[in-house]
Amino acid sequence: MLDFVVPALNLKAILPQLILALTALTVLLVDVFAKGKGKTSLGALSLAGVVAALITLMLSRGSHESAYAGMLMADGFGFFITLIVCIVTFLTILASINYERICPDIKAGEFYCLMLFAAFGMSFMGNAGNLIMIFVALETMSISIYVLAGFKTSDAKSIESALKYFLLGAFASGFLLFGFALVYGAAGTLDIVKLGAFFTANPDSLHHPMVLGGMALMTVGFGFKVAMFPFHMWTPDVYEGAPTVVTGFMATGVKAAAFAALVRVFFVGFAPLQADWTTIMWVAALLTMTIGNLVAISQTNIKRMLAYSSIAHAGYLLVGFVVGTELARSGMLFYLLAYAFANIGAFAVISAMGKDGEEYTELNDFSGAGFKYPFLGLMMSIFIFSMAGIPPAAGFMGKFFIFSEAIKSGYIWLAIFGVINSVISLYYYLGVIVRMYFKEPEREITIMAPAGTMIAALSIAAFAVLQMGIFPSYIWDLARESVKMIM
Amino acid sequence: MNELGFPIISLVTFFPIFGALILMFIDKEAKDTLRGTAMVFAMIEFFISLPIIFAFQSGTADMQFVERYTWIKSAGLSYYIGLDGISLWIFMLTTFLTPICVLCSWNYIQKRVKEFMICLLLLETAMLGALVSLDLILFYIFWELMLIPMYFLIGVWGGDNRIYAAVKFFIYTAAGSVFMLLSIFFLYYYNHKVTGVYTFDLLELYKLNIPVSTQFWLCLTFFVSFAIKVPMFPLHTWLPDAHVQAPTAGSVILAGVLLKMGTYGFMRFAIPLFPYASHQFTPVIATLAVIGIIYGALVALIQPDMKKLVAYSSVSHLGYVMLGIFAFNMQGVEGGLYQMLNHGISTGALFLIVGMLYERRHTRMIKDFGGIAKVMPVYATFFMIMTLSSIAVPGTNGFVGEFMILVGAFRSIPMHAVFATSGAILGALYMLWMYQRVMFQPLDKEENKVLKDLNAREIVTLLPLAILVFVMGFFPGYFINKMDASCQHFLKNYNQQVAMYEQQVEDGSAAKLAAVMSDNNLEKKID
Repeated sequence: MLDFVVPALNLKAILPQLILALTALTVLLVDVFAKGKGKTSLGALSLAGVVAALITLMLSRGSHESAYAGMLMADGFGFFITLIVCIVTFLTILASINYERICPDIKAGEFYCLMLFAAFGMSFMGNAGNLIMIFVALETMSISIYVLAGFKTSDAKSIESALKYFLLGAFASGFLLFGFALVYGAAGTLDIVKLGAFFTANPDSLHHPMVLGGMALMTVGFGFKVAMFPFHMWTPDVYEGAPTVVTGFMATGVKAAAFAALVRVFFVGFAPLQADWTTIMWVAALLTMTIGNLVAISQTNIKRMLAYSSIAHAGYLLVGFVVGTELARSGMLFYLLAYAFANIGAFAVISAMGKDGEEYTELNDFSGAGFKYPFLGLMMSIFIFSMAGIPPAAGFMGKFFIFSEAIKSGYIWLAIFGVINSVISLYYYLGVIVRMYFKEPEREITIMAPAGTMIAALSIAAFAVLQMGIFPSYIWDLARESVKMIM
Repeated sequence: MNELGFPIISLVTFFPIFGALILMFIDKEAKDTLRGTAMVFAMIEFFISLPIIFAFQSGTADMQFVERYTWIKSAGLSYYIGLDGISLWIFMLTTFLTPICVLCSWNYIQKRVKEFMICLLLLETAMLGALVSLDLILFYIFWELMLIPMYFLIGVWGGDNRIYAAVKFFIYTAAGSVFMLLSIFFLYYYNHKVTGVYTFDLLELYKLNIPVSTQFWLCLTFFVSFAIKVPMFPLHTWLPDAHVQAPTAGSVILAGVLLKMGTYGFMRFAIPLFPYASHQFTPVIATLAVIGIIYGALVALIQPDMKKLVAYSSVSHLGYVMLGIFAFNMQGVEGGLYQMLNHGISTGALFLIVGMLYERRHTRMIKDFGGIAKVMPVYATFFMIMTLSSIAVPGTNGFVGEFMILVGAFRSIPMHAVFATSGAILGALYMLWMYQRVMFQPLDKEENKVLKDLNAREIVTLLPLAILVFVMGFFPGYFINKMDASCQHFLKNYNQQVAMYEQQVEDGSAAKLAAVMSDNNLEKKID
């Protein structure tokens, strides 16, 4: 006798995501029927959708419910991740409207549509309450991103990047799914909350090979998505080849979503096993930040450099993960948002450095750019100082929250290695500033004047970076509230 | 709210930012307007900071003009600022030197005037903020913030090797301070463990009783961070590079205020937070200070480049300051504080003087000059005054400071004082020898015969400094009077705490004693 209850259709719990998906479909439809002028408004249409999602999201603040039979958690944690995703998508689309002029390949409805679908998937990864749901959301996100990475069809690098990401990503998904299967075999449930309850109730099952194996495989899968050492090898190639705005989107949105799933699965589902995975993650955090920073020093392409820097940032975030207290997880959320603003901003600046299908992404192309293009230079400086963790930018506050919590919880060595890494990273971050302001241009480069939308995107990101650095209270309290309300 | 019923310190601290914002809206080609505006803001800034001197109560060691607002409540961060006798004069020196820096850059800086002035004003805010912060994180933020404008000043407007110097400056200083940041976190955490309160309030953290072994490590990170800034031998190598490459205004600020941040940091943070560890470190620090004095002087002696000579003389002078502070008696500490101001004035002025010659001849090599006094008599006069101040001739400010430091040092660490005194002789040697080679001797180079003497702007730049040299030389009482209470308080606290810790160490159980012993062994190893 099967007890099957059709779960209540709780549209309210998924309203922001629903709006994202509907907008994506509308964009696709409009793209088919609209001609000429209609096409140019696709970006605006997508923006409107994201803003609507953001508004409904803000209205739902404080909601704390599980919907669709535990498949979905409309809780504070999911709220914060969706917030990051919406902001990232909003800024990326704003920057893309400018990027269309530099890179005509991306001038298509599918571009915005895929971006919105990716955002839809990311947001669900933050809200998923079930391992299967995580997988479905992850695939929705990943497949959209694979296509986006290869959108510059005239550029072999872009195609290579998409293929590489797709092949490796498919493997990673396989690992993840196999891990889920093993855990299901051991615990008999895929529901994350029930997993936690099961492990608490059956402590003897904790060290069953299937559970440990499943956890290890899941670490591989998530580690790939967050670019954790040693699963980071794809990052530089993919980041370099993908259209620049997409790189920014990947570096921030995917990372936020993957970290969200990682935190929820490990802190809710595998909480009783914390002592076991902490040691592995300790080493992973240390290696991730160190390798990322050391290799970044020798890069000559700014996109590759930022790719390695994003690996290093994953390392700092993993420090928060290892520390694992409530405040440390709040620190991670704060850091993710601070990192998102700075990174989206930096990639947007890079995407503005080009004209007529040609992009200038070599570090030396930035020589003298600071005085030649004062606005872009100032913006880039703010983002770079934020990533380097220099006050008063947001990156400092992010590191402050994570490292102070690490010290408090006794992870003194990890904090020491963390700050040593910050100093190492200064070298290559300062390299960008050195080129922009201290050196003369090496070759004559002219770029298109950035469009109004680009200026708006950069200004918003820079304002947010400074705001979060100088008056972090609001976001910090929001992050704390969000972590408290994880279900 | 405070003595003036008005947030005067916040106003003074953030006013330059307002100026920088106004500058942003001025056309970058209107160079004179930019210079003028920057000058006006720097002057207004100086004048609004003046009431602080008069309203300052010299009878109390408490923080004055205190402002306190919650910043991030949940993390225990607050916007907490105030001044006492230790920071008052350095604070005033900063607002005093900035207009001079604007003036001296009038002709020297020809490209990117707008950005230069903005950097200068931002730097002023960062320095003032670091001096008044009483919340450790607030302090750290201003402390790091100082790096950015200075980095640009060196990197954009510096000499040929500016990029190397700028990056070295930044990474050296930042590397030192991140470990201090970790120690700040540790204090924060420790304070919570003991008192149950999360706070970065410096005055609260002073009260902590930190175990001796922990204190040692925390103190070490603070010491390294501040010692880099001072800079103390052997962490001084960034300084000559930075000074030589920086534009004149950058050197003046660097010598005048930025280096003082290190010595100020010792007095405000490192020593009161970790009195016992400081006590244990005293022989090391005092020895390094003396090495710095002699080494700096010897290296200065052989420099062919005037600016580098003055830069190394800074290492030597700052050694005196450190020696004075670590004498731990009234004369030494007050002398150290006084010498900080003197060094800011005389070395700042010497950098100005070297810069003025460089503007005319585009060389700073001593061998390129000779007999300059004949063609530039006014210049020669100012140069002489500053040279005398630098070598501490009675009647100048330098004498008061150096004398007090040596008296203090003789009372508590006589052997160090003996060696330090030899530094004073070396100081006279390198300064006078340079003066002789540059200003006297035959005027045998054609280019030097046509050099113009100082113009009105340059005289106006130097005159206030020259006046101060004598005012501070003849009336030190006025300045020292305002430091008295704070210095007494500083020493009283230090002595009490050291006595308390010593008692603890003596009274400690066998286990505790063993722990301390192992600490001492550890320290010996590090020595």
